[in-house]
Amino acid sequence: MDVNWLDANYLPWLIPVPPLISFMLIILFTGRNKVLSHSIGVGSVVLSFLMAFGVFLKATGTEEFGPHAYGDSIKWMDVGLSEFRMGVLVDPLTAVMLFMVPIAMLMIFVYTVGYMGAYPDDDPHKIRYSRFFAYLSLFAGGMLTLVVADNVLLMFMGWEIMGLCSYLLIGFLFEKKSAQQAAVKAFMTTRVADVLMLVGIGYLYAEAGTLSFRDILYNAEVLERLGNADLTGYLGLSAASIIGLLLVIGTIGKSAQFPLHAWLPDAMEGPTPVSAMIHAAAMVSAGVYAVIRMFPLLEAGGNPHHAEYTAPLILMGVIGSVTALGAAVLGVGQNDIKRVLAYSTISQLGFMVAALGIGAYVAAAFHLITHAFFKALLFMSSGAVIHAMEHGEHALEHGHGHDEHGHDEHHAHHDEHAHDAHAHGHSSYTWADLNAKIEHGIEAGHLQPGERTPYGADYVGPNGELPDDAEWKPSIPQGLKPDFVAKPNNIALMGGLVNKIPVTAYAMLAGSASLVGFPLITAGFWSKDEIIADAMTFITNNGQFEGHSPWLHMLVFFSLVIAATFTAFYTTRMWLLTFWGKPRSAMAEHATLMNHVDPEELAQAQTSLKKFWLQYSNSALMQGPLVVLAFFAIFAGFVGIHGDFPVLEWFTGSHNFFHEFVGPSLLHEPATIPFKIWPVIVSVLAFSIGAGFAYVKYGVPRDSYEKDPVQNMVGDPVWQALKNRFGFDTLYLATFYQSFEWFGRKVSYRAIDKDTIDGILETIAVVFNNIGEGIKRFNHVIIDGVGDGIPQLIGLSGRWFRNLQSGRVQQYLLFTAVMLLAIGLFFVLRVL
Amino acid sequence: MVPLWFYLVVSAALFAIGAYGALARRNAIAIVMSVELMLNAANINLVAFWRYLNPFEINGQIFAAFVFIVAAAEAAVGLALIISIYRSRQTVIVEDVNMLKW
Repeated sequence: MDVNWLDANYLPWLIPVPPLISFMLIILFTGRNKVLSHSIGVGSVVLSFLMAFGVFLKATGTEEFGPHAYGDSIKWMDVGLSEFRMGVLVDPLTAVMLFMVPIAMLMIFVYTVGYMGAYPDDDPHKIRYSRFFAYLSLFAGGMLTLVVADNVLLMFMGWEIMGLCSYLLIGFLFEKKSAQQAAVKAFMTTRVADVLMLVGIGYLYAEAGTLSFRDILYNAEVLERLGNADLTGYLGLSAASIIGLLLVIGTIGKSAQFPLHAWLPDAMEGPTPVSAMIHAAAMVSAGVYAVIRMFPLLEAGGNPHHAEYTAPLILMGVIGSVTALGAAVLGVGQNDIKRVLAYSTISQLGFMVAALGIGAYVAAAFHLITHAFFKALLFMSSGAVIHAMEHGEHALEHGHGHDEHGHDEHHAHHDEHAHDAHAHGHSSYTWADLNAKIEHGIEAGHLQPGERTPYGADYVGPNGELPDDAEWKPSIPQGLKPDFVAKPNNIALMGGLVNKIPVTAYAMLAGSASLVGFPLITAGFWSKDEIIADAMTFITNNGQFEGHSPWLHMLVFFSLVIAATFTAFYTTRMWLLTFWGKPRSAMAEHATLMNHVDPEELAQAQTSLKKFWLQYSNSALMQGPLVVLAFFAIFAGFVGIHGDFPVLEWFTGSHNFFHEFVGPSLLHEPATIPFKIWPVIVSVLAFSIGAGFAYVKYGVPRDSYEKDPVQNMVGDPVWQALKNRFGFDTLYLATFYQSFEWFGRKVSYRAIDKDTIDGILETIAVVFNNIGEGIKRFNHVIIDGVGDGIPQLIGLSGRWFRNLQSGRVQQYLLFTAVMLLAIGLFFVLRVL
Repeated sequence: MVPLWFYLVVSAALFAIGAYGALARRNAIAIVMSVELMLNAANINLVAFWRYLNPFEINGQIFAAFVFIVAAAEAAVGLALIISIYRSRQTVIVEDVNMLKW
């Protein structure tokens, strides 16, 4: 085959390859060498990034790229008379994904080096360091495969690779029961959706005879036939609608939309880089990417811009609205910093899905890109915050900084406990150890006397005396518990971190601003505004609906606006509680991202650069990527400003670059909606109300919160309902989990497997065993008896006759004489 | 004239003595001597039958002469063997020389 590998047409093939190779290399060969493993991991992503960037540049440099998308494919197998081709496709949508995904991934990989490296050597994070990079590489490979795929099947393969990786990575700290459960929960939930999606893919193949994006989605004839309910489909739905519904269900699982959202907040059990990977660069983005990619099929037979909604669009619009609003409300009641972000992710994905439901194709894609940047940033920042808090806890445990706070009275027994905890640390990392650690921490008096932490945090007694067991032990659950918050993650225990980790604080401020849609200067504002503008067309441009009722637009508009308000509120709350005010716990007071350096080693360091690296290497590796992503979180939005935006149109030259570039991914480029000021005003209002209210409630520094202001406002039952996530997890646990567990235990395992299948197998085994036993006995007695008897007889006679040959000549002579006499006698007697 | 059976009795007696000696004596030289006795008993038989049954043919005497020769050769070889055994094993007792077994 004559292939010029430098030709950009072949480059897309190679983009997913380096991370996949990196996965194999690390798993098979370099696992023992941590530095080599992370170098291979980061290096592979750099390679992918460079290639992807090359492809992106070529794509953006091409005039009218949409209709001239390029790709390449090879025959995969013969299917009947036709052949099934696998290949890659780069169209504008792929191109922008190829811009976002590798950058986010590269940042995550670099961040991971610092994040994982900052753990002590006996921590499971550090013990399984190389494995983490291997899984991350596989994850990256899966995502890039999905992005460059030119057909649904290859996309689905990447999709499933990510499903596996999310399972492996969420369960990375598998010593924790909760991590095991979270991993299984994520895997099983997405599996439910994936099966239905696979059914949809099968139906699509049956109807269209191909799975290639270009042949289906860029082919008016096919779309028209599939979208016509009179020609195809069942139950009054067109084939496109049925396929679309199934594909959307796949996305509902993958992108954690209601009602399959419950796995995502628990996915926070994985190390933070995993969260960033799942929430930003891969996994959940993949779900939305898939529906954006399949959009022409989903809207086939209808036209959302004229309020002719098809079934998949209605499903997306309703589910997206419900999810966006519900998750945004739930975000208010979370005290785990990562869980706040998890709900914001669910909510923002709901925005995208809802936007797609009303046909806002470009806005959804735009929000997908900007969201990925700021959500990766937010998660990585939260990881840095958690690390800083853990360091604070660690520093306390080892007695640093105690004297200056006048804790001398604790010092004597504290040392002893620190020693104990150290001894524990060397054994494997179990919940028992963690329990002991926390117990020591409480006894050592980390937290000031009388400080009873609010927000469902650990319950800490004054002067180290333990609250009685029943009260505090349940706060360290063995499995997943909806309202449990680990101490370093608890924003109620933070506060004032802006002085401890300023870079993280301001990076996270940029990310938060983007998430809440801070007007005009953040990426999130522009992308969210696009969605709202699209939804608001039922007011601003009602003429386009030609008399149809734009009810879905209305639903999406009102849900999203309310959701945006809530988003502004909980995000501001999270940032203020984390970074603003004064530290509300000793952990926060001692929070730092500096390395634990041996002072002697530090003194020996020759150059100031080395000194710096010794102290700040992990801090730099963690916070460097934050700065890069903060740049994108702010500025990535400027590519998608509405062309007619006042004042800014001078800069943009009345072009909406993103729209003009991505729009032609569709056969019929979606029209730009005319600019109206109302959506902007609504967006700004939503932001101002939410953020302003949060500032009023949380902006005032306080030493501690006896009760969360929101708790005071809404009352305890509502607050508890928020913390329990509206009971969905409990409900699923009580219904699906318990019934399936019952089914699994009693029916699958006991009745079918143990009793029936094992029973039959055991009976067969017993029968054959007895037959074998009989044959064995026959063999032993008869066959062996004869076979062994003959040689034994020969041997016996040999041994007996041997005695004749005594070596004594005279004996021989005697025998001869006797024989002669006997013979002679015989002849004589015969004669007689 | 002495009847033939006198000779035969002497010969049989001599053979019996020789056989007994060959079977019962432990000394190898004695055994060789006993064998000589048996050969000579046979010779007596040969000569006696020649004289009484066929005195005009010479073959009976020749046969006896052959026996002498064989006996002489056998005595020579046998004694040589005995001396050789004696040299290597310091004994001429046949019961001690029983290597040729199994």
